[in-house]
Amino acid sequence: MNGHYASLLHALLPEASLVLGALLVLGFDLFSGRRNSASARLSASVIIGLLAIAAAAYHACDAGVGGNAFKGVLVLDSLGLMTRLGALGLAALTLAMAPGVVRLRHPAEYVAVVLFATTGFTLMAVVQQLLVAFLAIELASLSLYILAGFDKHRPESAEAGLKYFLFGGISAAFLLFGFSLIYGLTGSIEFTEIARQLQVTQGNTLLVVALVMILVAFGFKAAAAPFHLWAPDVYQGAPASSAALIASASKLAGFTLFVRLFWAGFGPVAGGTGLTTLPGWIPAFVIVAVVSLVLGNIAALAQTSVRRILAYSAIGHAGALLLGVLVAGRFGPASLYFYAATYGLATVGAFGVIAVVERAGRCDDLGDLAGLYRRSPLLALCLLVFVLSLAGIPPLAGFFGKFLVFSQALKLSGLAGTAGWVALLAIAMSAVALYYYMLILKQAIVVAPRPAAESAIKVPTPAAAVLVLTATLLVLLGVFPSLVLQLIH
Amino acid sequence: MNALPWTIYLSFAGSALALVAGARSAANARWVALLTALAGGVVSLFAAREFTPGPGLQTIVNLPWIRELGIRYHLAADGISLTMVVLTGLAATAGILFSWNIKDRAGEFFALYLALIGGVYGVFLSADAFVLFVFYEIAIVPKYFLIAIWGSKNREYAAMKLVLYSFAGSAVMLGGLLWAYGAAGGRSFALNDLAAAAVNFSRGDQIGMFALVFFGFAVLAGMFPFHTWAPTGHAAAPTAASMLLAGVVMKLGAYGCLRVAMPLFPVGLAFWQPAIAWLAIAGILYAGLVALVQDDFKFVIGYSSVSHMGFVLLGLAAANSQSVAGAVLQMYSHGIIAGLLFAVVGRMVYERTHTRRLVDLRAMPLHRLLPFAALTFVIAGLASMGMPGFSGFPAELTILIGTWKTSPLWALFAASGILVAAAFTLRAIQVSFFGTTDKSVPASAVDHRPFEPITWAEKAGTVLLVAATVYIGLKPDALLNWITPALNSPLFQAALKGGTP
Repeated sequence: MNGHYASLLHALLPEASLVLGALLVLGFDLFSGRRNSASARLSASVIIGLLAIAAAAYHACDAGVGGNAFKGVLVLDSLGLMTRLGALGLAALTLAMAPGVVRLRHPAEYVAVVLFATTGFTLMAVVQQLLVAFLAIELASLSLYILAGFDKHRPESAEAGLKYFLFGGISAAFLLFGFSLIYGLTGSIEFTEIARQLQVTQGNTLLVVALVMILVAFGFKAAAAPFHLWAPDVYQGAPASSAALIASASKLAGFTLFVRLFWAGFGPVAGGTGLTTLPGWIPAFVIVAVVSLVLGNIAALAQTSVRRILAYSAIGHAGALLLGVLVAGRFGPASLYFYAATYGLATVGAFGVIAVVERAGRCDDLGDLAGLYRRSPLLALCLLVFVLSLAGIPPLAGFFGKFLVFSQALKLSGLAGTAGWVALLAIAMSAVALYYYMLILKQAIVVAPRPAAESAIKVPTPAAAVLVLTATLLVLLGVFPSLVLQLIH
Repeated sequence: MNALPWTIYLSFAGSALALVAGARSAANARWVALLTALAGGVVSLFAAREFTPGPGLQTIVNLPWIRELGIRYHLAADGISLTMVVLTGLAATAGILFSWNIKDRAGEFFALYLALIGGVYGVFLSADAFVLFVFYEIAIVPKYFLIAIWGSKNREYAAMKLVLYSFAGSAVMLGGLLWAYGAAGGRSFALNDLAAAAVNFSRGDQIGMFALVFFGFAVLAGMFPFHTWAPTGHAAAPTAASMLLAGVVMKLGAYGCLRVAMPLFPVGLAFWQPAIAWLAIAGILYAGLVALVQDDFKFVIGYSSVSHMGFVLLGLAAANSQSVAGAVLQMYSHGIIAGLLFAVVGRMVYERTHTRRLVDLRAMPLHRLLPFAALTFVIAGLASMGMPGFSGFPAELTILIGTWKTSPLWALFAASGILVAAAFTLRAIQVSFFGTTDKSVPASAVDHRPFEPITWAEKAGTVLLVAATVYIGLKPDALLNWITPALNSPLFQAALKGGTP
């Protein structure tokens, strides 16, 4: 038994480093922080947090790709490793841009909660057992609820936190209910064992109920329509750095868990991509993907707030990501990972720009971005890269993510299967999406600044470094996608 | 030959450099841009000198790019792409000369302009459908900013319309390409490999794929009824951008139809051939008639562009060696002539008179106030009408003769389009430059304030473009000797024979 626990510790050292880091942040702030200014406290906390993330990344690499660990509760494969690193990287970016940008009354607590959330993400990346999966999801979600409501000065932030919490709580109930039904049906909570049992049992109504409940819960978490209602308000109300984390790392980890659960766990009851073979979860998936693609992209057209545009575009992207989950069954999760990771990078960057602009005034309405090219050429250039990557313009990474997913969907069975038609729909929707993305860029690059807000914006050095790094990564991964693709098998 | 990819790299490098240089002064950015464009032009002309015409694409670079998908960074050229590259070099240089007076955000202007040029060069040199698509998309976004920032009346609407049309077209085209790629087993995007695999596709699949790819590209070529972005976009764009839009960007669409859609799906071409031909004829006549009644000088030229591009599409639809060779020649010819027309209207006239309304221009004796502009416009107008001695003549003649071989009826309808073109061009010349014939208007009522004289940059650009159209007008073989052998490649022959090799 000792050997097992040693291997468990080895596999979970990244999570241990993060928790330790969070405690260190709190302890350091408690003993030495009170004497310093808020900004110095934030900087110190961020530095400790980044060190903890670096340690976690080191241990994640050290744990390596060793297959099942701790009797199959965890799986250390290339997808798990890359998701861990991706989530850690995205969390590090959101942390690093905070000093000088985000005003917080409790900086140490903020950093600690971010680290707890990240612990949840890295755990989600490697888990393949229902119970631990639920714990990981809820650890991440509870931390994100707190982060959404972290800005005590703005009632919108509190509203965002509460809304997110209520919706999230209900979806957790759905998730747990679905999990318990699955356990009742198969007598197991391990993905591989569930798959083995499902292969021999006949499909029945209870299974359909369980699958739908789990899908609903994941739909909430991923902000897929029609379970998306919390997203616009949270994206709008939460502090920009929290919104960045909600939109990036949590999506990446969530979709990794999603793909594991549905293909490794429920693979035998997937059903076909043709509409004729109704039993199975794929048809339900297709419906959610189509509704998300259409509703997200169309509703975004009517928005006037930058953050709400990003929220509705996130719903559209969730639809495309669901398509990525579908194709992962045949072609492996590399394209889904690439899409989610690069989407996360671009979103973190976009929220980073919003955060910096907000420091110098407001940044909610589209018009608040007016004249950004004159107020800060650096921000305008970075925003151009982020938004065009979201829109899927080559040679940026966002294009390649879309390209991979859509080409695989069409490879699946051409236009004979539904996946091909969904891919065509998604391609058509990307033309719709370009309109609202161009509206953002029009304000930032074409329109002259408003008379009330034309002062230059000074970008703090850490934030500038984060934005430039993110933009560079997006260009680099767009031109050389193989850098990431070859790492996932 | 091997230097051709440098046209792409130089343009992107120049784009970055212009952005930096523009932060100091507009003059720096201008010179950086001019030298970059000149360098691209010189590279293309040198490559042309050592080019040996032959069938098939001659590979220049072929490196693995994305191994996971079998995508290779494959650049290659044949006589058709070389024609287009030379055209791009000429049009780009002339465009910069005609935007010498840009002062506001000059660095950004030239940076976007050169990025667009780099994308255009890339499309013309791609031998891999993925690479072609990437360059094609790179060329879309700069257009939006060029029009929306430096454009004139109605610019934001026009810019958005143009970008959405282009992007929607390219999305449709991407859908078709991915469909073909998936059906071919998803191992390679090389045009040769896709064409080899397409032989085994079912007829229905080929028809569907051809429709998506061809019409996706044709949007950018200004095919009726998807042409409406062109006149509004051309009219609102700053001079250099209209020159590029009409001069090379519309060619991107036609080039894509020719390079990708037709050779890959010959069966699809055979099915859609009549539909394309009649849409092309509709474009020639409809746009020509609309140009006849425009009140805005730039819209006249914008619709004339659509009409002339109709000839290109007709030449492609007729699908025999002669008509397609004529279509390529017409792409070159129209690229030069439309550039010249937009230069006169946008730069020489509009930026001095600040009006594009023919009614207002009529009241000014422009032939006396701006004799150089009048002379240039008359030359460009004659070239546009297809007068012998200019490149438009051999181009349209070759298209018509080629089309006659496929369908005399199409050729007759298209030939009547030449009459319409003569009518709207002559009307534009008369009304805009030679003023009113109405003696009741007293001479003193006309504004006689002298205009700023024509600058050296404008003269240099004019000479460059006029020389380019006259040279090919007198010696069309210079280009036809490149184009015709290229059409003998097995890929093109399959398409030109309607899928029965």
